[in-house]
Amino acid sequence: MRLRVAAGGPAALKVVAAAGAAAAPVRLVWGGPLERPLAPLISPWVPALELDSGTVLFSPNAICQFFFLARGEEPTDLTNQWLEWDATELQPAAAAALYTQLVHGKKGLEAVEALGKLLAHIEQNLSRRGTAYLAGDTKSVADVVVWGTLFPVLQDQTSLPSELQALRTWFQSMTLLEVCRKAADSVLTPKALLEFKSYLQKQPPPSLAMERATSNEPEEEEGSEHVLTEEEITAAADAWARGAAVLPKPWQPQKPVLPVEGMRNILITSALPYVNNVPHLGNIIGCVLSADTFARYCRLRNWNTLYVCGTDEYGTATETKAVEEGLTPQEICNKYNAIHADIYRWFNISFDYFGRTTTPYQTMIAQDIFQRLLARGFLLEDTVEQLQCEDCQRFLADRFVEGTCPFCSYEEARGDQCDKCGKLINAVELKNPQCKLCRGVPVVKPTKHLFLDLPKLEEQLEPWLEQSWATGNWTANARYITRSWIRDGLKPRCITRDLKWGTPVPLDGFRDKVFYVWFDAPIGYLSITANYTDQWERWWKNPQQVELYNFMAKDNVPFHSVIFPCSLLGADDNYTLVNHLIATEYLNYEDGKFSKSRGVGVFGDMAKDTGIPADIWRFYLLYLRPEGQDSAFSWSDLMVKNNSELLNNLGNFINRAGMFVCKFFGGTVPNMVLTPEDKRLLARVTLELHQYHQLLEKVRIRDALRCILSISRHGNQYIQVNEPWKRIKGDEKDRQRAGTVTGVAVNMASMLAVMLQPYMPSVSLAIQGQLCIPLDCFILSHDFTCTLPPGHRVGTVSPLFQKLENDQIEALRKRFGGGQPEDLAVEPQAKQSPPASELPPAPATLVAPSDPQLIQELTEEVAKQGNHVRQLKANKAEKTQVDTEVAKLLELKKQLALAEGKTPEVPASKGKRKK
Amino acid sequence: MAAAARPGPGVDELALLEKLLGLPKGNKYGVQGERKVPVLQTNNGPGLTGFMTIAAHLVKQAKKDQLLGSTAEEKAVVQQWLEYRVTRVDGGSSKEDTRIILKDLNIYLEDKVYLAGNIFTLADILMYYGLHHVMVDLTVQEKEKYLNVSRWFNHIQHYPGVRQHLSNVIFIKNRLYTNAH
Repeated sequence: MRLRVAAGGPAALKVVAAAGAAAAPVRLVWGGPLERPLAPLISPWVPALELDSGTVLFSPNAICQFFFLARGEEPTDLTNQWLEWDATELQPAAAAALYTQLVHGKKGLEAVEALGKLLAHIEQNLSRRGTAYLAGDTKSVADVVVWGTLFPVLQDQTSLPSELQALRTWFQSMTLLEVCRKAADSVLTPKALLEFKSYLQKQPPPSLAMERATSNEPEEEEGSEHVLTEEEITAAADAWARGAAVLPKPWQPQKPVLPVEGMRNILITSALPYVNNVPHLGNIIGCVLSADTFARYCRLRNWNTLYVCGTDEYGTATETKAVEEGLTPQEICNKYNAIHADIYRWFNISFDYFGRTTTPYQTMIAQDIFQRLLARGFLLEDTVEQLQCEDCQRFLADRFVEGTCPFCSYEEARGDQCDKCGKLINAVELKNPQCKLCRGVPVVKPTKHLFLDLPKLEEQLEPWLEQSWATGNWTANARYITRSWIRDGLKPRCITRDLKWGTPVPLDGFRDKVFYVWFDAPIGYLSITANYTDQWERWWKNPQQVELYNFMAKDNVPFHSVIFPCSLLGADDNYTLVNHLIATEYLNYEDGKFSKSRGVGVFGDMAKDTGIPADIWRFYLLYLRPEGQDSAFSWSDLMVKNNSELLNNLGNFINRAGMFVCKFFGGTVPNMVLTPEDKRLLARVTLELHQYHQLLEKVRIRDALRCILSISRHGNQYIQVNEPWKRIKGDEKDRQRAGTVTGVAVNMASMLAVMLQPYMPSVSLAIQGQLCIPLDCFILSHDFTCTLPPGHRVGTVSPLFQKLENDQIEALRKRFGGGQPEDLAVEPQAKQSPPASELPPAPATLVAPSDPQLIQELTEEVAKQGNHVRQLKANKAEKTQVDTEVAKLLELKKQLALAEGKTPEVPASKGKRKK
Repeated sequence: MAAAARPGPGVDELALLEKLLGLPKGNKYGVQGERKVPVLQTNNGPGLTGFMTIAAHLVKQAKKDQLLGSTAEEKAVVQQWLEYRVTRVDGGSSKEDTRIILKDLNIYLEDKVYLAGNIFTLADILMYYGLHHVMVDLTVQEKEKYLNVSRWFNHIQHYPGVRQHLSNVIFIKNRLYTNAH
């Protein structure tokens, strides 16, 4: 039989000693740690006994037992008990003590302290039984096993407390045994110990079950956290000491931003919002806000970044909207483009350029792509049957025709979809079709259209997709949606429309038609860039140098992953194609959907009227960004997150750190003398920082935000444990400690300001101002370094966040609907009011909200009256009586609206839209 | 930090073992320390402490010493797996720990009927009791992934007198996930 032992490993000692003590005929094979530990995989440092039968023993105690068994010494209850105690109690404690000795360099008694209770246990047993050895008056396997576990930690009996007299005597007599001395000399050579030490340094410290149970650390929500290694701690302390000088200088690109040779050039787009509507919170988090956060992160990484977006303005919806509002399509676009731009400005979206699709560049670029596709044979011509209104002299696309739904007989179905049953409709199938403009009866006529030959382009699309998926970050839903589109088979897609409001088709026979929006709209990315810089082709025809990120909600995926890439591949002009397609799931509102027509949900233009700052909106939307699955906006959750995460966690930490500098050190960052505990904190923060980078590089924006909150949680705990406010009143040593803790904390706050910038730019700026963080430090590296060195002066520190109160949130919830029961009560009356979309956008100047008391009272009254009305209806009360009570309810709601400082029309608009 | 360690192997399992061994009731147990280590009260002295120790003692009391192995090699192997049971199976509380245990055992059992090779021992009985709560929660796919563990476990749970009131864990004979590794 062969005994393989790794010199240096503590477990080697007992097996070598036992082999000697039992005079076992064993061949010793010395080696370092096993490269491939024998199964079962335990540890490369554990010895292995290979028996002649082929059986392998890997438990050191079982190996010792085997040697004693082989020479006829059967285990007894007592030896069994010692072996079990050694394996379950002593070994884990000894491993931890050894770690503190070798890795932390603790010496003698200090290292043995942790073993205290266990050593006392041996002492008691020896003295109570009055025997020379653990299991009697003769040596047994128990003595070798327990001695072998203790010796690497104790080395000699002098490190044992003198009151453990019996233990000292026993230990000494064991150590003096020839087999034991020989084993120690051969196993614990200085060279082997060094090797074992360097192995230990890469391992997390062993943890003790007993210690864990009494630990004061708060329980983490998600399983156990990463255990720091010595290397990580040393690296973090080194990085800290190097200071701000090692940070790269923030890079300011020339304007306009153009790709730079040798830099990482990042082009970011967010899906173009359609112009005819006001975006709701779901639209904002799905596209512009997500893209903005990522763009800000890229800039902080010194990546050369261009972020463009704009309104999508062509198409039938604009035309019908124009008819509705009695304006020209261009006037509609101008009006809504300005509304969009305002909303995004309020949300602090950092577009390099926010443009629009109704520009000459759009016509030029779209027509160029079209001509190239035509020339390369990727366009097909076909005739389709369509409704034409002979009076208006036009084909009735989509929403220009209404009639009876062929499926459910709903009388107001539109040409593309029935609002009642939700089914998609081919306009020619409508019963009793009517021209929406003149109410004339249209006729079916054949009309010629052009189609993009997707089946022919598929062979180019697939290898490109494969390559883009292999090298880029596509969200799982983007891959899934794309795959299912391709799997279902690509069919030719019509790219022309019988409309006037669009990019004209530059081909004889089609000059009265325009491009269909889905062909036209993504080209908007290019034309908007062209309106920003005449050198737009350096971004868009430069796949070698440019990385393209498209942000969108998942419903937009096929247009960006299949159709638009096919257009560009077919046009064959070295276009930059998407490398990273980032799609979000949907954001719901409270328990349902956002609905403009039902007045349910918060829309972009109303967010600022809530009195809640833009950064709080940004934070909450990013905190619940539908990353991976749908999520839901909830007012009460918004309040909870604001009060717990922002106010009590993040804001509290940053404010305290700054206040300590001001109050205790006259506004000057004090000297810092780092202890091992501080260094562990630095390593912990560095770990979170690395995690933050890893997540953001994969555009997992929501998850990365958790890292910021974790750091401030660590910071709060650090302050809480060290209590600088008490120590500042203590002796010299205590005052120094208070200084160190304050200095480390304020530097954490400084880094948090930078990490927070992509999420909450105004708050970040506020912290920068309060702590006077040098602008050169507004850069993200992988190191947490000391940016506010001793002597740095901070400014005036003040609270960053405000508490949201329950009353305030309840009032907002009522105001923005969301399936509150009393809405239903007003429905019959509300029908007479104009459709919501025709209301003027909420005026910018509003009456200031009056006192909460009044609002509360009115809110209660409204609820009461709502109940009353419902009850009357349920009891089938007379109509006149119901009407009177409903009128009272409406009056109350109006008063409430005024008290809350908003236009009283809003409640009325909650009714269904009626044509 | 991680949740507090699970309480160690308990008195309940020792009661199961007593019944399996056909011992008369009457042994008195206590527990000791934070890990609730079982202690067998004896008439003379401080009693026996430790799950493995008491289990081996009960086997000898019932005169079924073959359950501890016959040769030195078998005895050492049984000892080793009892130790594995109390240190690894009872010590591990995370999903990752459980995964490693199942992976280890699956490799080990590839060419064995029982933990000690060809003979049924105390190691099989106590490992079965220790893994029961894990196996109950495995999906069909996981049971297939740890095929050797499943085969062994199914064998032990049908061994006369072992299972007692514990639920029968169902294993499907046909493989469903032939490509899963």
